[in-house]
Amino acid sequence: MRLELKGITKRFPGVIANDRVDLVVESGEIHALLGENGAGKTTLMNVLYGLYHADEGEILIDERLVTFDGPGDAIAAGLGMVHQHFMLVPVFTVTENIILGVEPTGPFGWIDRRGARTRVEELSARYGLEVPPDAMVEELPVGVQQRVEILKALYRQAEVLILDEPTAVLTPQETEELFAVMRSLKDGGKSVIFITHKLKEVLAVADTITVLRGGKVVGTTRPEEADEDELAAMMVGRAVSLTVEKGPAKPGDPVLQVGDLVVMDDRGHRAVDGVSFDVRAGEIVCVAGVQGNGQTELVEALTGLRPKVEGRVALNGRDITHASPNDVLDAGVAHVPEDRQRDGLIDKFSIADNLVLDTYDQPPFANGIVRNREAVLDAAQDRVRAFDIRTPSVGIPASTLSGGNQQKVVVARELSRPISLLIASQPTRGLDVGSIEYIHEQIVKQRDEGIAVLIVSSELDEVLALADRVAVMYRGRVVAVLAREQATREGLGLLMAGVSPEEAMSA
Amino acid sequence: MSEQVVSPPREQAPPEPEEPPQEKARWWDPLVVPVLAVVTALAIGALVIVFSDTEILKSWAGFFRHPLDTLRVSWDVVANSYRALFTGAFGSPAQLWQGISSGSWHEIQSALSPLSETVVTATPLIFAGLSVAVGFKAGLFNIGGEGQITVGAIVGSAAGFTMTGLPGPIHVLVVVLAGFVGGAIWGAIPGLLKAKTGAHEVITTIMLNYISYRLADYCLSTTFFRRPDRTDPISKPVVSAFPHLLGSDLRVHIGILVALAVAAGVAYLVNRTTVGFEFRAVGFNSDASRAAGINPTRIFVLVMTLAGGLSGLAASNQLLSVSPSLTPGFSSGFGFDAIALALLGRSNAWGVVAAAFLFGALRAGSRSMQAATATPVDIVVVIQALVIVFIAAPSLVRAIYRIKARRAEGLEIVMKGFGA
Amino acid sequence: MSAAAVTVGRPVSITRARILGIFFLLMAVAIALLFGLGASGGIQTRFGLNQTGTGTTAWRIPDLVVPSRATAFLLAAVCAFLAGAQLTRGFGKRTNLILGVVVFLFIFAFLTWAARDRSLNLLGMLESTLLRSVPITFGALSGVLCERTAVINIGIEGMLLSAAFTGSIVGSATGSLWMGLLGGALIGGLLGWVLAVLSIRYRVDQIIGGTVINIFALGITGFLSARVLERYQSLNNPGRFEPFAIPGLSKIPIVGPVLFDENVFIYLLFLIVVASYLGLFYTRWGLRVRSVGEHPRAADTVGIRVLFTRYRNVILGGVVAGIGGAYFTLGSVGRFDENMTAGRGFIGLAAMIFGRYNPVGAFLAALVFGFADSLQTKLSILQVPIPSEFLLMAPYLVTIFVVAGAVRKTHIPAADGQPYIKE
Repeated sequence: MRLELKGITKRFPGVIANDRVDLVVESGEIHALLGENGAGKTTLMNVLYGLYHADEGEILIDERLVTFDGPGDAIAAGLGMVHQHFMLVPVFTVTENIILGVEPTGPFGWIDRRGARTRVEELSARYGLEVPPDAMVEELPVGVQQRVEILKALYRQAEVLILDEPTAVLTPQETEELFAVMRSLKDGGKSVIFITHKLKEVLAVADTITVLRGGKVVGTTRPEEADEDELAAMMVGRAVSLTVEKGPAKPGDPVLQVGDLVVMDDRGHRAVDGVSFDVRAGEIVCVAGVQGNGQTELVEALTGLRPKVEGRVALNGRDITHASPNDVLDAGVAHVPEDRQRDGLIDKFSIADNLVLDTYDQPPFANGIVRNREAVLDAAQDRVRAFDIRTPSVGIPASTLSGGNQQKVVVARELSRPISLLIASQPTRGLDVGSIEYIHEQIVKQRDEGIAVLIVSSELDEVLALADRVAVMYRGRVVAVLAREQATREGLGLLMAGVSPEEAMSA
Repeated sequence: MSEQVVSPPREQAPPEPEEPPQEKARWWDPLVVPVLAVVTALAIGALVIVFSDTEILKSWAGFFRHPLDTLRVSWDVVANSYRALFTGAFGSPAQLWQGISSGSWHEIQSALSPLSETVVTATPLIFAGLSVAVGFKAGLFNIGGEGQITVGAIVGSAAGFTMTGLPGPIHVLVVVLAGFVGGAIWGAIPGLLKAKTGAHEVITTIMLNYISYRLADYCLSTTFFRRPDRTDPISKPVVSAFPHLLGSDLRVHIGILVALAVAAGVAYLVNRTTVGFEFRAVGFNSDASRAAGINPTRIFVLVMTLAGGLSGLAASNQLLSVSPSLTPGFSSGFGFDAIALALLGRSNAWGVVAAAFLFGALRAGSRSMQAATATPVDIVVVIQALVIVFIAAPSLVRAIYRIKARRAEGLEIVMKGFGA
Repeated sequence: MSAAAVTVGRPVSITRARILGIFFLLMAVAIALLFGLGASGGIQTRFGLNQTGTGTTAWRIPDLVVPSRATAFLLAAVCAFLAGAQLTRGFGKRTNLILGVVVFLFIFAFLTWAARDRSLNLLGMLESTLLRSVPITFGALSGVLCERTAVINIGIEGMLLSAAFTGSIVGSATGSLWMGLLGGALIGGLLGWVLAVLSIRYRVDQIIGGTVINIFALGITGFLSARVLERYQSLNNPGRFEPFAIPGLSKIPIVGPVLFDENVFIYLLFLIVVASYLGLFYTRWGLRVRSVGEHPRAADTVGIRVLFTRYRNVILGGVVAGIGGAYFTLGSVGRFDENMTAGRGFIGLAAMIFGRYNPVGAFLAALVFGFADSLQTKLSILQVPIPSEFLLMAPYLVTIFVVAGAVRKTHIPAADGQPYIKE
């Protein structure tokens, strides 16, 4: 099946997400759609999949004009999509999720479960996608959930599969397995549209590469004709330094000491399982690991948001194991949370109020119980200037800011009070390159001023760029702590996948 | 799976530093929807009055023969009803003027009587409305006003008829505080349940309403409460009362001044203090509040206790003025009116006061209307429900009147399912 | 999981198991002390198991006569045994069942004590339990249908009340009970549509939308009954559906007279409970409905019409509540009284939660509430020295315990209460 997009334009209030985008996907090819966050990749695919209506442009399949009024039409035309956030019902079984919408039924709409199960097993055998058909999806690891998503598309006889940032949640080894699946799909005559911002992966698996920037197609090329630097420049629009300028660390006394920490997740499983490490003044320790290996719970426990079951945590020698979030903040810990929309900001509050979210009750912002609104506004003006937050006014709601500026608000707030430890979780997720560079600079600046810094990141590039030391987490344990010099991309990848340190380091 | 279902797709992000659509705000903007909501509700209420009148229905049957008659009859009924409603609520200006020009205090008093009734009716509504509004500020839906008023009345009346030896003003103060405490206890329970177990306050407050009714029934079956000379369930009366404001012939009493003072206090608390900041922060985003060191569970308890106390004050007010005894059905729907008031007043203390005066006028007026035109008072409940609909769905009002949306409209509350 | 994130880490289930064990033990002690020692020895309790009056069942079975004190001690012993088992090894997945058994034992012991030296017609009690649970069940089913698509329906009370009113007035005006039932169902469906439009189209907060329906229903029925029904009493006299016995089945002792000699509402109830249970969990319709409630965007991406599904189910829920409302006037009282539903809709909501958003569970929960209701009347006949007010509080207290998670955490449809915005 040959797929062609012609002059697709999609506008959102205030933004043109796609600007006259042309794209041709030939039958039996892996076509990479490359672009940084906000380039319009996902929007384009949502238009193709019938989730959005394009304002202009047309879609052709095998030279025939088609219009999709919803995903149902797109599915019927042979498209299948694996979304970045899986579209699976957690409390349904694998089979139920796969058949949803195209259920094989008997009289009265009675679902033919046995028939469905058989077909799922057939498909899974044919493409090497192993899944347990009767397991609840919520109990499966993300890699398996992704296979369920792919099977869902194949069950609907998809000819073109759209994979939206499929490797974001995978270990390097799982990524390799996924690439194998993609190649076997290609061999079966199916096309794959592979959306990503990771250059190495594009070069490894794609047949054709289309680069999007600012909603426009900036070029189409083939992996053998391009290299990483060239693609990066196309993607960002200027030459980018993929590394962060920083001098050698001058570690001082330990600031954060964590001993044998055990933390439960929401379901009562040991998400953090006996973790010990420390962070010294003036160094950056990065916790590397595939998402969902206990990093979230670790950070929540360190900041007092989640109770600790065992172990102890000390800050500058003082025990804070059972401190409340407020006590932890007062003790001099800055926290840039993983999900800034949920935990970092109150998006209906003004920027000024968000900038004092954890100091609203301290002088000069309040005396006793009465707030001083002038002081809040004055401080906000200063911080907006100091941290280059682009906004017309500090009085407007934080929700009106772009992701990068929202993150700057959080960072500005956390760094504007006396601290000895900075904990930042996925500090640059979903940001554009400019904001990423800015935030990285700020983090290094804190380190150089003698602050202890703990970064949690699932982006290997970020870990390698920032870390003075790397702690690798796998299934709730810290499996290795490496000095920056010892850490290689390959070695970290293996450690993150659970390979023992001896094997990983010798590999 | 904390996947946000409602969130826009990620890549939609960058409306970079472009100017946000800041139209020039006009002072009446926030009033457009409430005013139109009330007007529309009154119009629909008129239709209900027309089409439930059998005489009019008969005349509609002959609409094609005597169309003008039909319309005239319909108009008369509605006009008479609403005129009676209006004069019942505000009195007649002519009569007032006559009183002033003749200089007769007695005549002025009788001209002011409807207005006095409106204020008397509005007073408990202010307390109850503030109770729900405070909850909304912290993202909590207090449907428990009924129960809080009932328990406030149980405690308040007990204090009111037992402590008879106290001097008047002190006794009044004791009853006020007793009502507050009773309501606060009943409000604290759902707050604690939500804080400790996550039980949804909507369910627990509804259940506590019913429990409170039974509790009142039980109390009224005991000799401690029961008035000895009566066979029907009614408690001994509270021995003191709020002093009247304009002479003993008018029922208006200082309760209204207390209510206005409390409204001012609530407004100050919510907008100017650190506690108020915490209320609003938790109301908008309890996760971010927690991460910023605010303890949402403490806020839940605090807010619900305060909300309960405010409802309890409505009970104190009634005990010290128009209904000095606890009876079954003491709260007579104030708790539900309160929801309408908080919505109409946009959870803003002075908005609630304005809404309470409106409802007070409707209520007081409807009593004269029923007497004068046989249009039942329940029509006011219908109008109230319609007002909530239009306030809660501003787009519905805008669709009817074809006006454009402006920012800062609509309600910012979306409840999560009943977290069991 | 925002709710879970807010509450400070719930203690792990081990402590809950222990708490339950201690609860069982307390029940055992209570049975022994209150009902065992509370009854003097040598006294018997007689439970009637036949219909009063002429026996219509195929054969009569003898009344159950037990020694009051010994029975209490026996039940206490069983309870204590279960408590011991719970504390030592636990019952795992069957914990809830065992909890039910313990509560049942307690109630049976209580009845044995309450009716000591007297007789109690158990059959009559079962029947009144069923009848009192009818509107609660319809309300709960309405809630299940709505909430499975993630629309909170707190307006059940208003739907019941409006349908009760409409059932009476239409039934009286047309002279046909069936037309009355149809009218009630339609008005329920209409209010369901209103709730759907408010919450889906205008994205009004669903709890506010439901509250509006409740207030509106209270006002309009009060207004119209004051204005119309009081003047034209003949419009409020529809009569009632008479029970009709299902041949054969109604002759079975105990079960027959209770279940198979009832009026059309009870048969409709069974039908809807079974149909909605099978429909929700075994058919395409149900799979799609549940997917809309759990993960609407996922449903949307596979071509399921999320908003349509919500509209359809909320209207359907309204129809079911409407049938339940018509029961008040056409199946039970035979006349409309102001605010005659008296909060049954809210108890239905509670039954839905207690019954874990499952039609069969909701029905069982409604039976529990119906039982508490009928127990209260029975006890006043038996002159038990417990203020009836406290018994009437029981269903509400139970509901609070349930939502507070005392029984077991329920899985709530994940998208419950959230509007779905397509683009």
